[in-house]
Formats: sequence, structure tokens, C-alpha cells
Amino acid sequence: MSRKQKTMLVRIIISAAALIALIFVPAEGYLRFALYMAVYLLIGYDILIKAVRGIISRQVFDECFLMAVASIGAIAIALINGNGDYVEAVAVMLFYQIGEWFQSYAVGRSRRNIGALMDIRPDWANVRVDGRLEKVDPDEVAVGSEIVVQPGEKVPIDGVIVDGRSVLNMAALTGESIPKDVAEGDSVISGSINMTGVLTVRTEKEFGESTASKILELVENAGSRKSRTENFISKFARIYTPAVCGAALALALLPPLAGMLFGSDPAWSQWIYRALTFLVISCPCALVISIPLSFFGGIGGASREGILVKGSNYLEALSHVGIVVFDKTGTLTKGVFEVNEIHHSSMDRSELLYYAAHAESASSHPIAKSIINAYGGEIDRSAVTGITEHSGRGITAKVSGHDVAVGNLHLMEDAGLTPQECHGTGTVIHTAVDGAYTGHLLITDSPKEHSAAAVRALRESGVERIVMLTGDADAIARSVADDLGIDEVHSRLLPADKVAEVERLLAEKPEKATLAFVGDGINDAPVLSRADLGIAMGAMGSDAAIEAADVVLMDDDPLKISKAVRIAKKCLRIVYENIWFAIGIKFLCLALGALGIANMWLAIFADVGVMVIAVLNAIRAMLVRKV
Amino acid sequence: MKKTYKIDVDCANCANKMEAAANKTEGVKNAVVNFMSLKMTVEFEDGADPAEVMPRILKACRKVESDCEIEF
Repeated sequence: MSRKQKTMLVRIIISAAALIALIFVPAEGYLRFALYMAVYLLIGYDILIKAVRGIISRQVFDECFLMAVASIGAIAIALINGNGDYVEAVAVMLFYQIGEWFQSYAVGRSRRNIGALMDIRPDWANVRVDGRLEKVDPDEVAVGSEIVVQPGEKVPIDGVIVDGRSVLNMAALTGESIPKDVAEGDSVISGSINMTGVLTVRTEKEFGESTASKILELVENAGSRKSRTENFISKFARIYTPAVCGAALALALLPPLAGMLFGSDPAWSQWIYRALTFLVISCPCALVISIPLSFFGGIGGASREGILVKGSNYLEALSHVGIVVFDKTGTLTKGVFEVNEIHHSSMDRSELLYYAAHAESASSHPIAKSIINAYGGEIDRSAVTGITEHSGRGITAKVSGHDVAVGNLHLMEDAGLTPQECHGTGTVIHTAVDGAYTGHLLITDSPKEHSAAAVRALRESGVERIVMLTGDADAIARSVADDLGIDEVHSRLLPADKVAEVERLLAEKPEKATLAFVGDGINDAPVLSRADLGIAMGAMGSDAAIEAADVVLMDDDPLKISKAVRIAKKCLRIVYENIWFAIGIKFLCLALGALGIANMWLAIFADVGVMVIAVLNAIRAMLVRKV
Repeated sequence: MKKTYKIDVDCANCANKMEAAANKTEGVKNAVVNFMSLKMTVEFEDGADPAEVMPRILKACRKVESDCEIEF
């Protein structure tokens, strides 16, 4: 609680106690008036001062002014009627203050909660100066300096480990709770927490360009892009208050005047009382506070899960997603080639891989790398001689005294061999050792573990159409799509074709549904920005993706997309609940107030109650763990 | 030119009013107030000097919400 909130709480408690006590005090006349006025001023003096300031600056629809008019009006009616019923006026002020206090407390709490969720801001960096460690502002660390990260500290700046091994907790960044083992040569990302060992890191970026700073900047600025709902509410609030005040004025004047005209009792005090009841309900607080609070909670909760949403407008768009377009590589598939199968090999798997990997050892081609990875062992360069590259065909070399040929069909045919045809889809690499065919390797970009589940989950969360775009050959694309349960595939697309394809889909889609494009952030910035909603995956350390996309998934798990959709849907459901609930109760109270059924007590209860319930409901948007 | 300022204001509706007041201030192209993060992002007109515009924004905001604060 802030100091302001504490003082207010004390004032509320004292006034409430005094008010209850006064009900049992049998004071009459002036003394009674004076006692009630003392409590009234204690609880409401700041409102009255603000109301006067409002009048001076001609802000008649200021809520303080309205509360002041309503309560002073109630006191005046009590004086005129001579019944000494001042409780109502004091209660209006008291409950109004309770409402305001609760609102400020709840908002402060969620601000701090979200702040704690995003507690990835590093406080210092340890730099070695003359053999001693010194804590410096991470902003002052130059690129290429060596910093030391102790156990329990956050990595302040992105870099590469030059010494030490440890376990990193990256939960605050990715929502992934399993710690990651790191050792010399691995890159580390700022915001991760070093758990066990001391690490020496050579920085590769400036602090401001590091992941943690980028994420914080993004989350902090998220609320500045307002959703349609938020804009609607601000407009509504601007019209609502003057309209209710106008209605109150009409209610105070028209029925009594009509009564005078027809010669019956004008009943001034009764109608003015009803009009004052209107003023009590005229503040749109519940709506105005609960809507941004819901979005703030939704965005905050999502970022906890490693899903960064750049604004509430994007959260809104996410909740209406009807079409999801995937750029296959790097989103549904791993984007790295792997030796998936070995067919027709006459020798042991590891022996074949030994020859193939060594023959390819000098090449940096992704296919060569995948073979070396599949082999897994240490490459002994001295065992390889006479490497010859046959352009467009493959490689021949002498490995441990054997003639090895690794390449495509043509390379085999050149050597006078008849290779076995492969029925799998992917890149086929044939091998021959000492002039004899030794089978082929099938290399594919395999789907991620969760891709099929992610596609299913998306359909379950209401996405009607899932499309896969890829630059790969048709057969490969089809087989991946079949595995994952995607029925619409467009293959052999150049980057420009992908934009055209997305534009076609945008033109086809129903008005209300939004189209989300999911890319891995590499070479797809134009499509990301063309789609209604650009989602970049696996953005850890990729600045381009963070810039171009509207929603950024920190890790590369495709299941996070459906999670993001569900978080957005939950948030928007809460927003609509609050809108209907708050507006509904207010109009109900207005109607009852006009008919004289609702008195000022009910009005203030309704006003504060709606706000409390709407705020509590809004806070639910933050709870997204199990969505 | 776009700049972000820290603000202090108590209620959400007041924040909306501040936003409206800031938008009407001369030299401001667009202003957005974010009540949850207590920030005001002001996009200035070309050639407008923030040091000269900001006091005017504060004055306009004080008019609608007497105890608001903008740090600039």
C-alpha cells in the first residue's frame, strides 16, 4: 500500500466507525447536523475541494463534482424535510471513497504483480578490474567485454560463455520451467538466471540491444496500442456521464413542472432526490477501469508464458483468429536437416555414418552438417585425404584408406553403380565404399514434437482453416501436412509468392475472422506485416522477428500458438462480461431510480459493487497458467 | 518525434480525460495515455519543441484532473 492509500484507509475506517456510532447517538437539531457534517467533511473534504476546482476550470462532468452535488443535495433535502436523515449523504461519500480506494489498491497490486512476472531486468554486471570483480551498470559494458555471472544472478547482457559451466533457468523468458545446461561456447541470453556455476561471458551486444531490454521495452509499451473495445469504452464514458446528468436534470424539472401544469402536487423534493440518485450512478468507473485492467492482465499473463503480445489490439485480433497460415520451416518443422533413415545398407549404421561423415567433413552445407551430426563422434581430419567436390553431384574422398563416394544419383551412375530408389520423402544421399554401393541416407527436416498436437489444439480453439506454405517440393510438403493433419498446402513458393498467397487468403476470409501468419522470423518480415496478425516463433535472440511481428513467441513450441489464442479468448470474454455486466447494472439502477424504487443507498452500492466485481473479474485475466 | 513520459494519476477515467486534453494541445500530433503502466506517449508535430509543448500539456491535464503529474 502506498502512503496515500494508507491515509485513505484510516480515514475510511474512522468515518465508518463514527457513522455507525452516530446512528445510536440521540442528538437532535443543530448538534445532530454538526456531528454528521463533521463525519461528512472528514470522509469527503478532498472530493469537495476537487469539486470546487472542477467548477473553477469548468469541468462540470468531473466525478468529484457530481458526487459533491449528489451528497450536498441529499443533505439539503434532509434539512428541508426536517427529518434529520443525513446518514444517506455521508454514506454516499463513504462508499464512493471505499470504491476509489479499492480500485487504486487493486490496480496497484496488479501493476506490481505484472512487474514481478516480468522481473528480468538485470541490476548490474560484474566486470573484472585489476583481478577484482566490480559491479557496474550494465549500460556501461562495451560489446566484447568479459563479464562474470555468479550463481543466483541474472545474465545481464547477451553473449557467449568463454569459461565455466552451469544450469540456466529461463522460465521468465520462455515460460519453460526445465532448466538448460550450458557450457563454454554456448550463447546465453540476458534475463536468464544462472543457477549453479560461475560463468564468464563475452558480451555480444550492448545492454539496450540485449534480449531482456528488448522484451521489457516491448511489454511496457504494449498497452499503448489500444484495442477497439478500449476505444469504444473511452467514447462511451465521454457520452455516458453527460447523458446521465442531462437525464437527471430532466428528471428533477420536468415531472414537477408537469405536475404544476396539471394542478397536482409538484413533489419537488421527491423528484430532485431521484435526480440526485442518477448522479450517483453517473460515474463510468467500473467500465473504464476494468477493461484496460483485463487487457493488461491478459498481456502480462501471456508474457509469463513466453508469449509477448505487442498491444491490446493484437490480443483482440488473436481472439478472433479464423485462419492460421504457417510457413513450414522453423515453425512446424525444426528447420534443421536430420538423417532420419538409412536404407539398404550392407554395413553397420555407425560404420556407414563414419565414412559418410568423414567424406563430408570439410563441407559446410546443411546436408553435410546433418550427416556429421548423425555420426555424432569426433571427426578425425587426418583420416581423410583427397577430398574432391563434384559440383551438383557430391563428394569423393579417401577415408582411412577406403574410397568413399557420397552424393546423389548422378554420382553413383558416374561410378557405374545402380543405386536403390528411395520411397521416402526428403533428400536422398547415396553412398559407395570401395566401388560398392552401400545404401542411402534419407535426410529430412522433421516435424517438431508438438506440431501435430498444436494443429489439433488450434482447431479445438476455434481456428477453422489451417494453411501451410513452403518453398519445398510438393511431395515433402504433402507428407509433412499429412503427418500433422493439415489439409491445405501450397508448396514451391518463393518468398514473394508467400505474400501473394497470404493476400489471396485475406481476400477470401470472412469479414470478422482474422488471419494470423506464423513464421520463424527469418526472411518473412513482409508476410508478417501483411497479415492481420504476425506471429514470430523462436525469437530468442532474433531482433528482426521481434521488430516485425505483432505476437512474439519466445521459444519455438508451436503449442504456444493455441495457448496464445486461448489466453486472448479468455481475456476478451472477461472484457465482454464486464461491459455487459457494468452497463446492465447501471441502466437497471437508472431505471429503478427514475421510478423511485431504488434509493441513493442502492445506487451507491450498485456503483461500488459493480466496480469491485468488475475489477476482481478483470484480475482473472492474469491467471493463464492452466488456460 | 515520439516521446514517453511517466505520469501519475489516480483513476482510469481521469487518465482518459488527460489523453483527450493532451490531444487537443497545440503541437501534439497524437497522445496516448496508458493508465495501467502510467505512461503518456506523445507524438509531436513536426518542428514542435517538446520542452515547450510539455508544460502546455501539463496545464491542460491539470485542468481536467487537478492532482495529476507528468514527469518531463
